[in-house]
Parts: sequence; structure tokens; C-alpha cells
Amino acid sequence: MTVPFLILAAITLAGAVAAMTLRKLVHCALALAVSLVGLAGLYLDLGAQFVGLAQVLVYVGAVVILIVFAILLTRGDEPPSPRVGRAVGGVVISACVFAVLAWAIVSGGAAQGASAASLAPISDIGHAMMSRYILPLEVVGLLLTAALIGAVVIAMEEKRRTK
Amino acid sequence: MTPLTGCLLISALLFAVGLGGALSRRSAILVLIGIELMLNAANLNFIAFWRYGPHPEALTGVIFVIFSIAIAAAEAAVGLALIMAVYRHAKTTDLSRVDSMKG
Amino acid sequence: MTTQAVDQIFVTIKHWLVFHSPGVIQPAVSLLLSVLPLLIIFPSLFAVTTVLERKGLGRMQNRYGPNRVGPYGFLQPLADGIKALIKEDIVPIGADKLVHFLAPLLLVMTAFLEYAVIPVGRNMVVADMDSALVFFFAAGAAMEVSIFMAGWGSRNKYSLLGAMRAVAQMISYEAPLILSSIAVVMIAGSLSTTTIVERQSGFWGVWPYHWYVFTPWGMAGFILFMIAATAESNRSPFDLPEAESEIIAGYFTEYSGFKFALFFLGEYLGMFAISGLAVTLFLGGWAAPLSFLTFIPSWIWFFAKLMALIAGFIWIRGTLPRLRMDQLMNFAWKFMLPMTLVVIFSAGIWRFMPSGVVRWVVCAIPIVLLYVLLGRALMGGRKLEKRTYRFAE
Repeated sequence: MTVPFLILAAITLAGAVAAMTLRKLVHCALALAVSLVGLAGLYLDLGAQFVGLAQVLVYVGAVVILIVFAILLTRGDEPPSPRVGRAVGGVVISACVFAVLAWAIVSGGAAQGASAASLAPISDIGHAMMSRYILPLEVVGLLLTAALIGAVVIAMEEKRRTK
Repeated sequence: MTPLTGCLLISALLFAVGLGGALSRRSAILVLIGIELMLNAANLNFIAFWRYGPHPEALTGVIFVIFSIAIAAAEAAVGLALIMAVYRHAKTTDLSRVDSMKG
Repeated sequence: MTTQAVDQIFVTIKHWLVFHSPGVIQPAVSLLLSVLPLLIIFPSLFAVTTVLERKGLGRMQNRYGPNRVGPYGFLQPLADGIKALIKEDIVPIGADKLVHFLAPLLLVMTAFLEYAVIPVGRNMVVADMDSALVFFFAAGAAMEVSIFMAGWGSRNKYSLLGAMRAVAQMISYEAPLILSSIAVVMIAGSLSTTTIVERQSGFWGVWPYHWYVFTPWGMAGFILFMIAATAESNRSPFDLPEAESEIIAGYFTEYSGFKFALFFLGEYLGMFAISGLAVTLFLGGWAAPLSFLTFIPSWIWFFAKLMALIAGFIWIRGTLPRLRMDQLMNFAWKFMLPMTLVVIFSAGIWRFMPSGVVRWVVCAIPIVLLYVLLGRALMGGRKLEKRTYRFAE
């Protein structure tokens, strides 16, 4: 538990809380970006350099931008909620989930492995992906193509049937 | 507190925040943001277990997270496309008002 | 002093200063000495480039350009800077104050971050990272967010339109940009910028034979990279986001005074950074272009190549008219993307064939073929005819 780690964790959590509580949707998306950058910082701190940078590249560069576009294209913020019950219910459930998880983590006594100072060299990741994980890689490629086509088809303006 | 426990607690907290938001907010886009946060909490777990686990040289956690990020991108694209389609149909993204099954 | 000593003079000075500073602050001093020169050199380069650009454009348009302040008008940026500083800083009433304020800062910050991985000379790179290229593009991704923040935070429809255009354009051209650098990564076998430069070192006679730009895929990749870079840094002919005749000034319509200057700075810094990356990836980085010129220090070569690319940017800006939005998108997705994919394919062939003339020809064939076919298909049967001009009587 180093100081940078704690700062990054605080940034991540503050961003997440802001993303889930702010009124304006665009603010939520920007707070999500802050949270994801904080998380990328955590990955870097843990020695997973490539994952941290890929996280920024994909999440901030693509997902947040997508969300922002969707917000602007659907226009309109969340109307003020008349029912408080739903919000309270959500918070209570998530608090319970956190309590259970925290109890499991603390009491579980996670087996501490010999943590050598292990950075993941990018060439090793590449070799692993191209040899042992080649099938998942291809499947992910297929999935991304399918998602690309699917997203375009779903979001495309329907042809005027009346014409 | 060991570093691993710290990571896991942060990840659990992140998951809880995402879950709370996804359950209590009504805008479909915010629900999607909540889901993204939960997914990222899981990713943090993978990295933490890879880093402090017995076999860091196996790279399993790192590679799982890379795949997970790719899938999250696909998920966000399809999810937002669905939200756009729903918006075009119902003229709202408020989930509590999108309850009609009649097309 | 030997040429090698001159080449390494900055590195030596840094080591000396770090060595003679007290032990506790040594890491901090080392960091500061790596970062501070970049923070000074590139903004000064920005100042020089603005005046050069204005003078160059002026010559192309049959006028003088700035020539009042200082000798030959070279102190013009100083006057501009003072003017920007003492101007009133106006924030629109409806604007989102925080987002409006943070956007230019984030833009300049991310632009500076990109320089961390660009080797400006032998042993002269701030962060010699394993995955430097991913870092560069990740910082570029954050730039898109800052542009959106500027457009949305101003609460002005022209700002928002400009920002949406800019973001859509940057995302579209990021695909060919990254894909064309993937070809280099495949051949160099590394994402580290220093390794990529090393792989391009060495001469064949006097000729820098290993520069990637002298391979068929490298040349096509370089051209595609530079086109995408022009779009990525929002420069003419891809300057739709700030098309002043359509949407005033795009996402920085509502910025004035020093914040406007920051946007200007950020834009140029982004252009320098991406040109620096092009130099690193395709033009041999800091290596001398001919073997008998190696006595000139490496950092001079880097900046000479950088300035050459920037001169190209200025030339293009003075020559080409602005594209339309649909032309822009069609060009990105229907032409650039297939071309970069075939460049990757060609690089793959290059990797596995024995070197020689045959390899050169075999690798060039798919690129030329696709270029011709795509060109034909996208023209859609239209013919380019000789333009006829009608002048007023």
C-alpha cells in the first residue's frame, strides 16, 4: 500500500461516485472518464503497463466518446425522481453486496504468493496472445466485427416503410 | 492489510458503487455507465490476482483483462446502439417509462 | 571536442547536474531536467512556426505576411502573446464554468504528455517505455475528450457542432493512423520508440537503407500516416471543426484571451508531436540521412526532419481547399482504411520474404493494385477534366 496507489484509488472511487450521483449526464460521462483514468493509473502502479495504456486508449478514447455521443443524440437529462424508494433500495442492496464481499475478502485471508517484481513485458504478452491464446483472440475479433455490424444495423435509421 | 486485500477492497467498493448506480438511476445511459464500472472492478481483481498471485509469469490475468477490455468496447457499442433505437421509438431513455411492449 | 561529445552534450550536462545535486533530490532533478527542456523547446518552436506559417502562407497568397514587429517580423509571436495575455477573459453566462476552464488545460497537458515517448536525439527520450506507442495514442485519445469538453462546456451551438465534427473526424482518422503505424510495429517487432529508431539505423553505402519509408509498405504507410496526422491535428484541408465560414471557429468560438492562445498552442503541439512520431516511425528518427553526415548531432537531425514535415503541412494548407463533411468521412472509411489494411498485408509479406528486388516488387503490387482499383471505384465513372475558368470582363 503505497501513497501513489492510495491517491489513484481515491481518484478512481471519487470519479465512480461522481459518475453515479451527478445530475447532468455529460458530467457523469466525464466523471466516468476520470474514474477510468484513475483505474488505468492503478494498473500502471501494479506493473501492468500495456493493460493500463490500453485501458485509456479504449475506454477514454472510444467508450466515453461513444457515451457522450449517445447522450447528445438522445438529449435530455434524467428528470428529477419523484420516487425516493428506488434510489434507497439500490443503495441498500449495493451496500449489502459490498458488506458481503468485504467480509469474504478480509476473512478469506487471501493467499499471498511470492510477489516478485514482475512487469509484464509486452513481447511476452504478444507471444502468449499469438500462441496459447490465439483461438480466443480470433473469437474476440469475430465478436468485435459482429458487434460493429450489429451496432450499425440497430442504430441505423429505419427505412420509411410507408414510402 | 496486504496489498492484495487493499486491491480487492477497492475493487469491491467500485463494484458496489456501480451496482448502486445501475439499480437506482433511471437513465439507460447511466445504467450502462454503472455496468461499465462493475466490469472494471472485475478487471482490477484480475490484475491484482495476477500481480500478487503465485504465477505472475503466466500472464493469465493480464490477457484476460485485455480480452475483457475488447469485449467491453463491443458491449458499449451495442448497448448504446440499443439505447438509440429505444430512444427513437419511445422518445425517452428513462427506463421507468419504457415499459410498453406494444410496438 | 569530438562529434560524439557534441552529440551527447545535453545528456552529459544532465548527468553532471544530477550527479552534483544532493542525494535526496536527485530523482526529482533528473525528472525536471528531462521534462523542462521539452516544456521550453516546443512552445518556442510553436512561436517560430506561427510566424513562419504566416509568412509562408502570405508568400503563397501573393502578400508579405507579418513584417512589422522586430527584424523581418520575427517578434510577431511575442506581440501576439502579450496581446492574448492582456485581453479580457470572457466566459459565457450559460457556460459550464469548470468544464470550460479545464478543457484548454487538458488539451495542452495531453499534448505535452505525447512528447514523453518521442526520442529527440540519441539517448534523449523522457520515458523509454516498453509500450511507448500505445502511450502516445492513449494521450491522443484524451485530447478528443478535451475537445468535446471545450465544445460542450461553452454552451454554444457552433461550439458543440465544431466539437462533434472534430471528435467524429479524430475517431475516424485514428483508425488509419494506428493501423499504418501497426505495419511499422510488425516489422520492428517492438512498440518502443527507441527500439524502432534503432532498427532503422545503418547505411548501405551512403544510403540509409533501413529507413522504413524506403520500402513499398513504408512509403504508402508514411503517406497515409501523414494524411491521417493532418486530419488528427485538425489542419487544412481537414479543418472542418473550425471552418470559420460555416461555424465561426468551431469548438473554441467562446474562448478568448489566454485560453484561446492555449488552444492554439495545443493544436500546434499536437501537430509537432504527431510529426515527431512520423519521423520516429518512418524517417529513421534522429539518424542522419546520409552516412557522411553523421558528424552533425542527432538532435539537429531530428528537428530538421520535424521542420521539413511542418513545412509540408504549411504547404498543403496553402494549396488545398477544405473538404466537405461527407467527403471527409468517405475518404477515411472507404479509402484510408482499406489502404492501411493492405499496407499491413504488404508488411507481412515483406517480413517473410528474402530481401532483394523481387521482394520490393511483390510488396508494391497489392498496394498499387488496390490504390488504382479504389481510385477508379470511388471516382464512380466521373472523369477529371481540364478546368475552364471564366474571368470577369
